[in-house]
Amino acid sequence: MQDARLYSLSAIFQTPDEIAHAAEQTVERGYTAFDVHSPYPLHGMPRAMGLKASKLGYVTLVFGLSGAALALFFMWWVNVIEYPLVIGGKPLFQLPAFIPVTFEVTVLMAAIFTVVGMLFVIFRFPNTSHQLHDTPYMKAVSSDKYGLTIQALDPLFDEERVREFLQDLGAVEIHRIQFDAEEIEARPRIFEPRFVTLLILVALLVGPSTYIILNHVLYMPPFDWMMEQQKINPQMKSELFADGFGMRSPVEGTVARGHLPYPFKGQPDLAGKFLVNPILPTESVLELGKKKYDTFCSPCHGNFGDGDSRLRGQFPNPPTLHSDKSRGWSDGMIFHVVTEGQNIMPSYASQIKERDRWAVVHYVRALLRAKHATEADLR
Amino acid sequence: MKTPLQIEFQQKALPTRLTSLAWVMIGAGAALAVAAWYVDGPRAAFNNVVMFMMLASIGIGSLFLISLEYVAGAVWSTPMRRVSEILAFIIPVTGVAALPMFLNLHDLFHWTHAEAVEADAILKGKSPYLNVTFFGIRFVATFAIWYLFYHFITRNSRKQDSTGDQLFTRRNIRLSAIFIPVFAVTVTFLAIDWIMSLEPHWFSTIFGVYYFSGTMLAALAAATIAIILLHENGYFGTLLRRDHFYSLGALMFAFVNFWAYIAFSQYLLIWYANLPEETFWMTRRWEGGWEFLSLALIVVHFVVPYVGLLAQEAKMNPRRLKIMAIWILFAHFIDLYWLVMPTHHESFFFGWMEVGFPLLSVGIVLLVFILRYRKTSLIPTGDPKLKRGLDFRL
Ligand code: HEC
Repeated sequence: MQDARLYSLSAIFQTPDEIAHAAEQTVERGYTAFDVHSPYPLHGMPRAMGLKASKLGYVTLVFGLSGAALALFFMWWVNVIEYPLVIGGKPLFQLPAFIPVTFEVTVLMAAIFTVVGMLFVIFRFPNTSHQLHDTPYMKAVSSDKYGLTIQALDPLFDEERVREFLQDLGAVEIHRIQFDAEEIEARPRIFEPRFVTLLILVALLVGPSTYIILNHVLYMPPFDWMMEQQKINPQMKSELFADGFGMRSPVEGTVARGHLPYPFKGQPDLAGKFLVNPILPTESVLELGKKKYDTFCSPCHGNFGDGDSRLRGQFPNPPTLHSDKSRGWSDGMIFHVVTEGQNIMPSYASQIKERDRWAVVHYVRALLRAKHATEADLR
Repeated sequence: MKTPLQIEFQQKALPTRLTSLAWVMIGAGAALAVAAWYVDGPRAAFNNVVMFMMLASIGIGSLFLISLEYVAGAVWSTPMRRVSEILAFIIPVTGVAALPMFLNLHDLFHWTHAEAVEADAILKGKSPYLNVTFFGIRFVATFAIWYLFYHFITRNSRKQDSTGDQLFTRRNIRLSAIFIPVFAVTVTFLAIDWIMSLEPHWFSTIFGVYYFSGTMLAALAAATIAIILLHENGYFGTLLRRDHFYSLGALMFAFVNFWAYIAFSQYLLIWYANLPEETFWMTRRWEGGWEFLSLALIVVHFVVPYVGLLAQEAKMNPRRLKIMAIWILFAHFIDLYWLVMPTHHESFFFGWMEVGFPLLSVGIVLLVFILRYRKTSLIPTGDPKLKRGLDFRL
């Protein structure tokens, strides 16, 4: 080791009290480039070493709080905005139920980013080399001894005086730590062939095995116990009920939230007489109507209501809507046909919301009017 | 094996002023309590329940802390264990403090009314457990058992002072190991009998644990206050250091969180299931002004101590720790008030009657402490763990 340079003088002490005392004395002497090593955290040590509070706590705080905010925001968005579901008659934003999840996410984020922050910011990962690695000193202080290291780059460093100082403090051993500059300054290469090969091998192993497990193994006995449960899934048969259906309909007379039963069941004449379109044909309403019409009606009645859809010939021909019959109908009548269906045209009540059905009616009216425009319409 | 006394320790006597203070508090508190009893017997009885449970928390919680130290083989708490041993003497006193309530059983417990039980299927179903005879048996048995454990554990500990014999530690470990499961059962009975059965239709399976979390906090807080006051006035000499205070604070902090966890668990389950036979207890505390106390409880019992004890310095600095300990004791009082009082009246109340009983309990704790302090060495000088306890470093 010809180019070995001196890194530090490192002393080993026997008890936590001695090392705390030694750290205080070192600060008093004015050394700044020094460090203490112990096999477990010594709570009084930052104080003895005159260290300021670690900044890591702020990382924990910031990420913990963001975790809480993220969890709350996401649950609010899912439960209130995106997919509102009333559960157990509770309000959509149910804070008590959100608290456990918020707590978990807070702790998770705080913990993960504390470790990540420590590794990458403080330890400067992926740099893994340090002058003290693999020294007898490090071996001692990571099992049952306490160590104090004063670095050679300290402005007050003078080998003889430091050695004397450490001896006076009661050090049982003093190590001279040297290092090879080349080794320390060598940066680990990410694209080292062996490392890359390993990555590829891991990917080759993990990818297919995940695929096989998720798509095959889980469906084989005995691993299929979660797939095959003693319960009735939607659409399944059931011997339990006389009619053999696994799915049950709600009790008769059940009314869904926010829904009024259709009052003109089987009474098209009354519907045509009393139902009035409750919304105005604004541009956005017509756009909505067009969207719904194109989606639900055009496959049969054609894009413009001519009855010339691609279904022609494969299905009892759907009539044109431009017949005198339907042109003479009131809005309520068209609404009734969409809601209840008529002969072989099925009901669209469960596919299209009530308000949207009225929008479709407006759009159908617009179609009819476009085809039979009078001169007055042009003005 | 005998070890010589490990440290020189000169016990200082407590000032006589303190004794007078204790008597003044007891006098004033008792006068107010008796007056309250004449003015409004039932209300005084409910106050008595709060006081009784408060004293029980400190007494039995202290005994539990002692047994925990033995079973866990903890050393950090050994130099301060005597404070808990002294406080555990509140157990027999608590038994006495409960006696006036037996005059008002009818006002306190709906299930003592035979006609009401007869007309009520649910109460009838519970009557094999909730009847005055069995209630009395449980009361006597619980306090007798606790007193016996208290007696033997502290006697062994005191005997060790003069002999330093390791044997006593071994005996106490065995006693503690038996005591802990016994404690779990008896403290659950206590919580069910004296708090939950105030509203006999209501039930919560976690209730025993809920009360237990409070007893731990009360016992730790009481011990911490005593330890720090003694330390600040030189009774411990220079024996205690920041490491000891930190550990007390950390344990207290842990139990603050434990309480919040249990309290929230109880609330969440009741809220989620939304069953009328459980929710009425909560809605009672959400009406008539009690809702402010319910909300305040979250702040007083969790938010403030959590923030106040979070920083390392808050646990290491005796002055700050003392303030938090006093606060936690106060929080436990609020907790008990919140548990007990809404049953008495549906709208919130707090008056001079409610002042007398807390005053009385503080006086009792103080006096018990002074009297027991004279009879015990503040440091368990013969305990083989003492040296390691004094050398304890985090
Ligand atoms: C499955 C194909 C199909 C779809 C989709 C369909 N219809 Fe029809 N529709 C028919 C058939 C078939 C008839 C004739 C029923 C009969 O025989 O009375 C009809 C009749 C009508 C009539 C009455 C016309 C008349 O002359 O009696 C109206 C109005 C109407 N449909 C509107 C709509 C609207 C609006 C939609 C979109 C919501 C729609 N239809 C979707 C097949 C369909």
